[in-house]
Amino acid sequence: MSTAVNELKASYAFIERNYNIVKRYWAWELVWLVYTVANSLAVSYIGLGVEKMGGGGVDGKYLVLYLAIGTIVWRYLSVIFYWVTDLVGLERWEGTIEYTLMAPITRFFHMLGQTAFAVVYSLIHTAVVLVATMALFDISLAHANLWGFALLLVAGSLSFIGISIVGSVLPLLFPERGSQMTHLIIAMLLLVSGVYYPVDVLPDWLQAFAKFSPATYVIDGAREALLNGAPTLSLWPYVWPTLIMGVIAIPVGLRIFHWAERYAKRTGKLHRNG
Amino acid sequence: MSEEVVAVKIENALKTFGGNNGGMFGMFSRRNGNGGAPSGGKVAVGGVSLEINRGEIFGVLGPNGSGKSTLIRLIATLLIPDGGRITVFGHDVIENSRAVQTLINRVSVEASFFKKLSPMENLMYGARLYGVPAAETRQRVVEILTRLGLERDSIYKPMEEMSRGMQQKVAIARSLLSKPMLLLLDEPTTGLDPRSKREVQAFVRELRAAHGTTILLTTHDMHEAEALCDRVAIIDGGRIVALDTPEALKTLISANGHAPTLEDVFLELTGRQLVTEEDEES
Repeated sequence: MSTAVNELKASYAFIERNYNIVKRYWAWELVWLVYTVANSLAVSYIGLGVEKMGGGGVDGKYLVLYLAIGTIVWRYLSVIFYWVTDLVGLERWEGTIEYTLMAPITRFFHMLGQTAFAVVYSLIHTAVVLVATMALFDISLAHANLWGFALLLVAGSLSFIGISIVGSVLPLLFPERGSQMTHLIIAMLLLVSGVYYPVDVLPDWLQAFAKFSPATYVIDGAREALLNGAPTLSLWPYVWPTLIMGVIAIPVGLRIFHWAERYAKRTGKLHRNG
Repeated sequence: MSEEVVAVKIENALKTFGGNNGGMFGMFSRRNGNGGAPSGGKVAVGGVSLEINRGEIFGVLGPNGSGKSTLIRLIATLLIPDGGRITVFGHDVIENSRAVQTLINRVSVEASFFKKLSPMENLMYGARLYGVPAAETRQRVVEILTRLGLERDSIYKPMEEMSRGMQQKVAIARSLLSKPMLLLLDEPTTGLDPRSKREVQAFVRELRAAHGTTILLTTHDMHEAEALCDRVAIIDGGRIVALDTPEALKTLISANGHAPTLEDVFLELTGRQLVTEEDEES
């Protein structure tokens, strides 16, 4: 028990380190935040653009909100993904990976510290995007179910953390290009998860993949909660699949990371800096 | 010799790189060390056996690519041996790696840090991983780094603004914060100016005298090895070619008209070994 408590305390090292990194790179963080807001607003403007091009048959306001929710949820999940996959990528870049991996902390608590920071960082980013979107498009969330929305984000975080842990294996196995390879995972999830369009516009075979993406359920549920004000209980069909995916993905991700770390230690891949 | 007085015991350690590791699918192999070397690879450590006593400063000398750093990484749980057994204070580096990790720390030839972070921020991160309380770390970082010749101001500035020598001193401080029982120093003074080298060497001696820390040191600097080490192993081609006290090693060869130095011994033994291997290949 005391070992777990000590490791829990040690996991704070990753939170503090990442906070210090963000603080030292504050100018880059500002640029990234402005980029994120501008990007999200640009996507949301497509709603008004389609209304203008399509005549009176399109509810532009609804479309703006539809796109904004997809964008905001996707930003939240993808920022978590990138921070967690950066678990190895960042340390490869700095050359510190050997020091971290020889420290007496289990990978579970290592990941716990990294993901706790990722979730808080992503929440702050998402809140800024949400406020900017609401202000610019004069959106009211008076009838939205914000608690239900929060519940969906929490459930979605768990499954995305699991997927991200699997993704973090790539920089471990491929020192030179592993970090870039993680983009493939996020791009495939973006394609099939209905971020900017309903999943049923996809061909059947891609819709089959959508069923296995936690983002599909989080985004659909978020639209129900924010667009239609669906009560929290009625969001359960969107919550349980992501919870199950999280419960499966996190231990599977940890096990795959364990195999990859052992393989890297057998083949000497920890030492090579990409 | 009982386990209590032996800090590190290496029995026929073997490590090979390259060759057939099963490619990507090798990741799912159940082999967890001691499963034999992959076929067709390059032998980095080829059947090394040695014991390092508690409180000893043990030197490993060898030319570039001789297997010194690989040996350190095997002890540091950063590499899994293909064969043989390594224990640190009785704990097996594969079966009980967590226990080993709590007892050791390491300084490598590359001072690897988060460059934008300050020494204090970097060392706080490193120390927290070993469970060292933050207040203690803040105090000891200042003590150790000023003792090693860093100005107090530089402790709070980004590492990227520091010289290579100063970064190496921070790396040494990082390894000391966890109060390791075994300190692995992989060419720790490479790149340091003569004054800094002496400061580090004095600090290593102090560390052993004050805390009884066992130190495994690899170096290219023969004077450093002679000045610091109780015993020295000369390694070449992944194999130990000589192991004894510096004085005893000097008796192994005869020099032309002058007392042999450790450098003479090193050149003689590693040169002959290389010729022998080439002869064997031809």
